[in-house]
Amino acid sequence: MTVVAFPDLIGDYTLRTVALGAAALGLVSGSLGSFAVLRKQSLLGDAISHAALPGIAIAFLLTHSKASLVLVLGAAIAGWVGTLLVMRIVGTTRVKEDSALGIVLSVFFGLGLVLLTHIQKLPDASQAGLDRFLFGQAATLLQRDVVMIAGLGSVALLVAALFWKQFKLLAFDPEFGASLGIPMRTMDVLLTSVLVLSIVIGLQTVGVVLMSAMVVAPASAARQWTDHTGKMVMLAGFFGALAGVSGAVISSLARHVPTGPTIVLCMTVLVVASILLAPNRGLVWDWVRQVRNRRRMHMEAVLGDLYALARQHGGSEHVHAAGALEALHPGAHHELLELESRGWARRTPHDEWAITPAGETQAELQGRTADEMEE
Amino acid sequence: MVPEQEIQWIAAVTAAACALPGVFLVLRRMALMSDAISHAILLGIVLAFFVTENIASPLLIAAAAATGVLTVSLVETLHRTRRVKEDAAIGLVFPALFSIGVILIARYAGNVHLDVDAVLLGELAFAPFNRLEIGGVDVGPRTLWVMLVVLAINAAFILALYKELKLTTFDAALAGALGFAPGLIHYGFMTLVSVTAVGAFDAVGSVLVVALMIGPPSAAYLLTDRLPRMIALSVAIGIASALSGYWMSYLLDVSIAGSMATMTGVFFALVFLFAPERGAVALARRRGRQRWEFAQTMLAIHLLNHEESPEAARENRESHLHEHLRWEPDFARAVVRRAQGSGLVSRVNGDKLALTDRGRDVARETMAA
Repeated sequence: MTVVAFPDLIGDYTLRTVALGAAALGLVSGSLGSFAVLRKQSLLGDAISHAALPGIAIAFLLTHSKASLVLVLGAAIAGWVGTLLVMRIVGTTRVKEDSALGIVLSVFFGLGLVLLTHIQKLPDASQAGLDRFLFGQAATLLQRDVVMIAGLGSVALLVAALFWKQFKLLAFDPEFGASLGIPMRTMDVLLTSVLVLSIVIGLQTVGVVLMSAMVVAPASAARQWTDHTGKMVMLAGFFGALAGVSGAVISSLARHVPTGPTIVLCMTVLVVASILLAPNRGLVWDWVRQVRNRRRMHMEAVLGDLYALARQHGGSEHVHAAGALEALHPGAHHELLELESRGWARRTPHDEWAITPAGETQAELQGRTADEMEE
Repeated sequence: MVPEQEIQWIAAVTAAACALPGVFLVLRRMALMSDAISHAILLGIVLAFFVTENIASPLLIAAAAATGVLTVSLVETLHRTRRVKEDAAIGLVFPALFSIGVILIARYAGNVHLDVDAVLLGELAFAPFNRLEIGGVDVGPRTLWVMLVVLAINAAFILALYKELKLTTFDAALAGALGFAPGLIHYGFMTLVSVTAVGAFDAVGSVLVVALMIGPPSAAYLLTDRLPRMIALSVAIGIASALSGYWMSYLLDVSIAGSMATMTGVFFALVFLFAPERGAVALARRRGRQRWEFAQTMLAIHLLNHEESPEAARENRESHLHEHLRWEPDFARAVVRRAQGSGLVSRVNGDKLALTDRGRDVARETMAA
């Protein structure tokens, strides 16, 4: 890995452009992806991004322009048509959603390939560069591309902000929304359009194959940290932007590391970290809680035995050899130390143990709770 | 054989090999697993390539198939944590594995014969140049033999475990209760999908794998209710898509894999529109017919109600139907014409209508029901 000095990095025009573009993209697709994830439409993004490919090719064939805005509009229309077809197939036949998505994404992508190979054979040979949409070439981002990403992205975010309540209803309780007189079908169309927009602006940077991750990953990560939709959307936007910038920087620091996949891997790291470490929902905390509970149960069992022994031998003054307790509870030593630190047991200089008055109170309390639970 | 014929053979065998597991993917609602697997196996191929440094090594197929199974189990593990939904789990796992594969290729294999385009899009046109020689004798393109073996494995697996696959597909709970080990069959089946994806991926690229696995079985699903027939139709539609796709690419001079995927779409669209019972046209026709039948029955009941009553002369007229049944005059005229045609109603001097015996029966029957 060839590491460049940091000041260079900030002054680097290409990197600055790419990082800005990736950040804007991550922000938009991350925050809007939250709705897709909440509506269990995570894989719709995959279909939309693949379906966009023939749109790019047709836009080029019609206009002979390579301006990003023209191509992105073509992509948006094709992505939209693809989504519409998925809905139509699911709505009118018994073909299920997963198959409908699979058909649309593979057939549109195939058609896109057909058109791209056709364009390559055109005599004027100005096609060069359309295949950057396949895998994305962040390095080809120009300042005006970033302006376009930011512009269209802002439109998408603005629509989401304006229809915030309606979109939330759509995600959580569309029937209730309809009963309030909100035109839920229109809202569905609007939200889908916004999602399409947030996907097509990323195709040049990340490519059609990986764009779906930009929609799913930040939202899945953000979901772990909060149960509040607003916070989730903002956090997903933040994660998306963070992964965008880190991906751009990492791929520019090392040679031969493509930007799109690097951004996706940064997002994956965020997702894994969130699933493991997010407060409350994190798997690590689950595990810690389990270990703690198990330890507590052991400790209470040892305390209960100490209490029973004290009763049998005439009071808390009676001491017991550590070995005897160890025989009753393998590994009791650890629990005894814990009991001592809580002041519920005391140790004699000869490594013998007895319950303290506070321990007796605690043991009686435990016994009572256990009885109540049995009832 | 000339290369053109060989390509068509490879295409047809690949389509058949993909259609077999595809039927069960579609029925089990796991169609997008094929998308995930066909992308993720890139990583397995790359890693095995680094170890063997030989693009033709059989280890590549084994490693790729293992990556496919790994993908399935990662998706399930992630889903089982209950931190993400299943669709999101698929959408998280395969882009990550695919990204690792792409980065490894770009960084360490930039100048070797392994590039992302080829892997994703396939190079069917070059398949005939890669020959299989046994004892120095050329027996045909390697890809053809690989796909024939995969096809045989798929057919054998489905034949041997037909009952088990059918039961776990349609009633997993019952299958479990009967001791069929749905989990084991599930993983066996996913291994099959992975092996198929790897074999086909070499020939036609990963996206076409999805097209061939999902397109033809979905079309067949709209044509029949019987599993054996669905399997046969899927294979037939798959082969038809592959061959017509080949000819489309030949005539237009465009990507073979892309044309074949496009043709699976064309075949699905044809079935979607024209399937005898479930097609859009048949549905629209049936709905139209039902509308006319309903209108005719309404007319018969209306006439029966007022028959032999004092107001019959006023009520039982075509011109009165607008007022009473809220029918537009054109529609009323059409209904009367159809009812006459089906022998329910007859015209008495111009505007006035009378029920025939048959019309009376129909009206009475409907009211009794």
